[in-house]
Amino acid sequence: MSKKIGVFVCHCGTNISATVDVEKVAEEAKKNNPGVSYTTTYKYMCSDPGQKLLRDKIKEEGLDGVVVAACSPKMHEHTFRNAAKKAGMNPYHVEISNLREQCSWVHPDKPTGTEKSIDLVRMMTEKTRKDKSLNPIKVPVTKRALVIGGGIAGIQAALDIADAGHEVIMVEREASIGGHMAQLSETFPTLDCSQCIMTPKMVELAQNENIKLYTWSEIESVDGYLGNFDVKIRKKARSVDLDLCTGCSSCWQVCPSKKIKSEFDMKLGNRTAIYIPFPQAIPSKPVIDREHCLLFKDARKKNIPPNDSKVCRKCLDVCPIAPVKAIDYSQEDEFITEKIGAIIVATGFKELDDTSMYGEYGGGKYQDVITGLQFERLASASGPTEGEIQRPSDGKLPEIIVFIQCVGSRDPAKGCSYCSKTCCMYTAKHTMLYKHKVHDGHAYVFYIDIRCAGKDYEEFWLRAVEEEGATYLRGRVSRIYKKGDKLVVLGADTLTGSVVEIEADMVVLASAMKAQDDAEKFAQKLSIQYNKDKFFSEIHPKLKPVESSSAGIFLAGTCQGPKDIPETVAQAGAAASKVLALLSADELEREPVVAKVDRLPAPIFSTCIGCFYCKRVCPYGAIAEEDIKARDGSVIKTVARVNEGLCQGCGLCAATCRSKSVELAGFNDEQVYAEINSVEFN
Amino acid sequence: MSETKFEPKIIAFLCNWCTYAGADLAGTGRKQYQANVRIIKLPCTGGIDPLFLIKAFERGADGILVSGCHPGDCHYNSGNYHARRRWNVFRPLLEFCGINPNRIQFSWISAAEGGKWVETINSIVDTVRALGPFEGYHKLNTIGPETSGEVAAAPSETG
Amino acid sequence: MTEETKKTKIGYYPGCAITKCSTSEEYGTSVLGVSRVIGPELVEIDDWNCCGASSAHATNHKLSTALSVRNISLAEKDGYDEVLAPCPMCSQRLIISQNDVHEDKKLREEVEDAIEMPISSNVKVSNYLEIIKNYSMDEIAEKRKKKPEGLKVASYYGCLLVRPPKILKFDDPENPTTMDEIVTAIGAEAVDWEFKTNCCGGGFTLSRPNVVVKLTHDILEGAADAGANAIAVACPMCHANLDMRQKNIEKEYGRRFNIPIVYISELIGLALGLKPKDLGMDKHFIDTDFVVDAFSNIEE
Repeated sequence: MSKKIGVFVCHCGTNISATVDVEKVAEEAKKNNPGVSYTTTYKYMCSDPGQKLLRDKIKEEGLDGVVVAACSPKMHEHTFRNAAKKAGMNPYHVEISNLREQCSWVHPDKPTGTEKSIDLVRMMTEKTRKDKSLNPIKVPVTKRALVIGGGIAGIQAALDIADAGHEVIMVEREASIGGHMAQLSETFPTLDCSQCIMTPKMVELAQNENIKLYTWSEIESVDGYLGNFDVKIRKKARSVDLDLCTGCSSCWQVCPSKKIKSEFDMKLGNRTAIYIPFPQAIPSKPVIDREHCLLFKDARKKNIPPNDSKVCRKCLDVCPIAPVKAIDYSQEDEFITEKIGAIIVATGFKELDDTSMYGEYGGGKYQDVITGLQFERLASASGPTEGEIQRPSDGKLPEIIVFIQCVGSRDPAKGCSYCSKTCCMYTAKHTMLYKHKVHDGHAYVFYIDIRCAGKDYEEFWLRAVEEEGATYLRGRVSRIYKKGDKLVVLGADTLTGSVVEIEADMVVLASAMKAQDDAEKFAQKLSIQYNKDKFFSEIHPKLKPVESSSAGIFLAGTCQGPKDIPETVAQAGAAASKVLALLSADELEREPVVAKVDRLPAPIFSTCIGCFYCKRVCPYGAIAEEDIKARDGSVIKTVARVNEGLCQGCGLCAATCRSKSVELAGFNDEQVYAEINSVEFN
Repeated sequence: MSETKFEPKIIAFLCNWCTYAGADLAGTGRKQYQANVRIIKLPCTGGIDPLFLIKAFERGADGILVSGCHPGDCHYNSGNYHARRRWNVFRPLLEFCGINPNRIQFSWISAAEGGKWVETINSIVDTVRALGPFEGYHKLNTIGPETSGEVAAAPSETG
Repeated sequence: MTEETKKTKIGYYPGCAITKCSTSEEYGTSVLGVSRVIGPELVEIDDWNCCGASSAHATNHKLSTALSVRNISLAEKDGYDEVLAPCPMCSQRLIISQNDVHEDKKLREEVEDAIEMPISSNVKVSNYLEIIKNYSMDEIAEKRKKKPEGLKVASYYGCLLVRPPKILKFDDPENPTTMDEIVTAIGAEAVDWEFKTNCCGGGFTLSRPNVVVKLTHDILEGAADAGANAIAVACPMCHANLDMRQKNIEKEYGRRFNIPIVYISELIGLALGLKPKDLGMDKHFIDTDFVVDAFSNIEE
């Protein structure tokens, strides 16, 4: 049965009609084309009357295919398909001929433009003839969100979703939530104490009934698709029963291993083997560091179960919980699978803390050359020095301190070509914190540029210069060397063209924000894209800033790129609102442009030969192997099947298929060949 | 038609996300180029079956352009890499078939590169115009691949 | 291993500074003297010419490249896989030129035209430290005759041995350790200090002597403060600045250093029991008796 196709040629004011003879195009569309039963031209097809014309003619003429020859399909394909739908037609029988962007605007000669337009309309007419009815794919939604990472981004996103009434699962790999923000002393540009604004949020999260928190846990695998993810979580053995433990602190007070470098204090302070990372930790319950714990060391050495070791059981002995103690040396990793509708990735960043590649700054061998986060811990009231700025080597108050900006950032030779964005501001903050604590001290800052573009940011760093008297020198430091107990900093002041030599007591490197060490592996686990620096990629840098390349997975915070706290919180809120939009529907509708492997009656069942090349090329893992079984349950053949929920419609499988068993809806072989065949060649 | 007046027809297979949008951008910027190109839009260059190209030649296209997103920019993560691999295998096959590989161009044009689209089209049109009409298709239909150049006379031509 | 090392023949490119009767003759003499004892065998490249350093590479890129590359091509013609250029100025120029012609096809053609020889890309150009480290460390341990007493050596590499790191690919550009390893191997104490690769002022020695005096002073002071009583070098330029200018610097800064500046090859030679005079120990401005005397004990 041949389709009755209507062709509607738009003048677009004069945008098209000035260089294309639209009447002739309409006329030619009908000529030699028995399928085309109606043609017309109209001044503005996208206008209300234009759309009405389309609707009316579909009904009056009984059209079952429409070609609108107008602007780019990117502009109004949706508009015209909707109009057709309103007239009772399946919208996927509407095709657009791009007469404006790809013809009238680029070819000023009218006969040429008209000739090309005729071709373009014929191509789409032929494609339309092969169009099939397609229906949006409906996917049910599990109304539960997963937030990966318990820093400020994850906390904000989780709270926003939970407050809207949806369940949230939060997975944090450390023993406590809080992330990097909990480590900071004060925050710019207001100098309010980080803990003071962070801790209430952490408590709020812990107390929120909609949020289930897994700390000391990691994502093992993510399967499924938008609305229907299956997430496997590894609860690492904590050696402490969270339900029984009251966080009374007896155990970590008696632990004899007291000289373990604290990760939270950036190795400037010590912790015990059974520990909570910091006093305000949530949950405020300890974990046993099995690598350093004497009992576990002994058990490993003797190759016996930890419970059989008698080396040290002080924490167990002292635990006041009865009859069953809260400490359990025999605990093992536990796996939990959760059903999830949408995911927010908020895995954060890692500070460039290994400065060994900076041989010119001592390559990590000078104790008094520290990183930005280490300075935060020194300045923090809960830090190893209780907020006193002391040199790590001898505890002396540094009278002259040098800050070096852009260490690792904007330095393609050493790895990161990007700007870490926060360092200008936090260095200015550091100089202030330093001056507030060491009144007679002097701070020097070496910088390349000052990038303080944010609300009240410019004023903030100027305060560091004008009120706190920090000396800013525009130039790089070529070398730091030790002379007695001083560090000699050799640098250039490029504004005066002179060499600068400063005998400093301490040097702070504003080191770069980098992607987490395992970011690449993690991205592959989730099938999301990442850039060359291993930061996760948003799908569109301007218009889709929180969407990852996988449907239903969103990005928040510094895992997507360096950003400061206000920006992180804003992005987390945006990601949460995207998740809420998804979770607000019972079913999701998706464009039906997906691939399909054919199914035929017995005895063929499918032309698929089961080579699964399609499975190998599919970027989304959307191809599954399906057994076609006889009544007795025996497998007749194994063929490919496309999971519509996962398929994004790229067509890789269709092009790869050797037996032509896969077809991409909307772009199937018939349609493409119809287009090729319809071009008029010389 | 005299030879100087020969106007080649080029079929362009474009991905929806980058090059098709780049071609749109050329229009928005009113950048003029030669009108010899007919665009076929697909979601991704990785979804282009080489047989589409053969079909276009068979029908009489004088030149073909395949263009998609830059490496690393593919909307579908890796489709353009598959297209590139396929092209590497397909190109020698074309040569084997006696089709001058200069008749096919493969390029990356992003949605922001309207100018590059114009340059690419003008360049392929000029190249193909200089190569002359592709007449090998008459034989592609009847005698299969040729061994001595794309339009070399075959015995069956007279028969 | 021993037999094989002895058999290894390496093309020897002295360059202008260390060839016979030139300013740093003692470097060349000691390098050759040492190689006669522990190998590898060094054979002077026939008809070698200037490497194009200093003036040529600053004024005419093609000329300086052609000059350098010609020496490498000669080495290949003589059948060597590896060339030793003990002067780091030479080794750096040879390697950079080799790299340049490798990356620039047009330059390669022009240079081939100029030197009337094909350019070789198979010949490896090495500095002296590399040669010792790759071929002679075991030999040193085996044939060491004298054990130095109380000798604390600051290894000074200067800039040319390690920079530019992307092309030279030799040791850590900020904290090289090869020379320290050699110093330890001959039984002396390698002093950890901060000025291993600081600039000595090199080429400014005539045009901006005030700059050179400051830079050289910092190096001497750094070595002295770190407790070194000798500085080992592997570069005639460094040697000239540290040795020849030392008295001046002492006057200018009012601090007496009196640190002998010795070539690493001289130290190896002394440890092998070669005669100080044969190593050119008498050709220094700062008296080297202290170093020579340190090697008076015969090892058990």
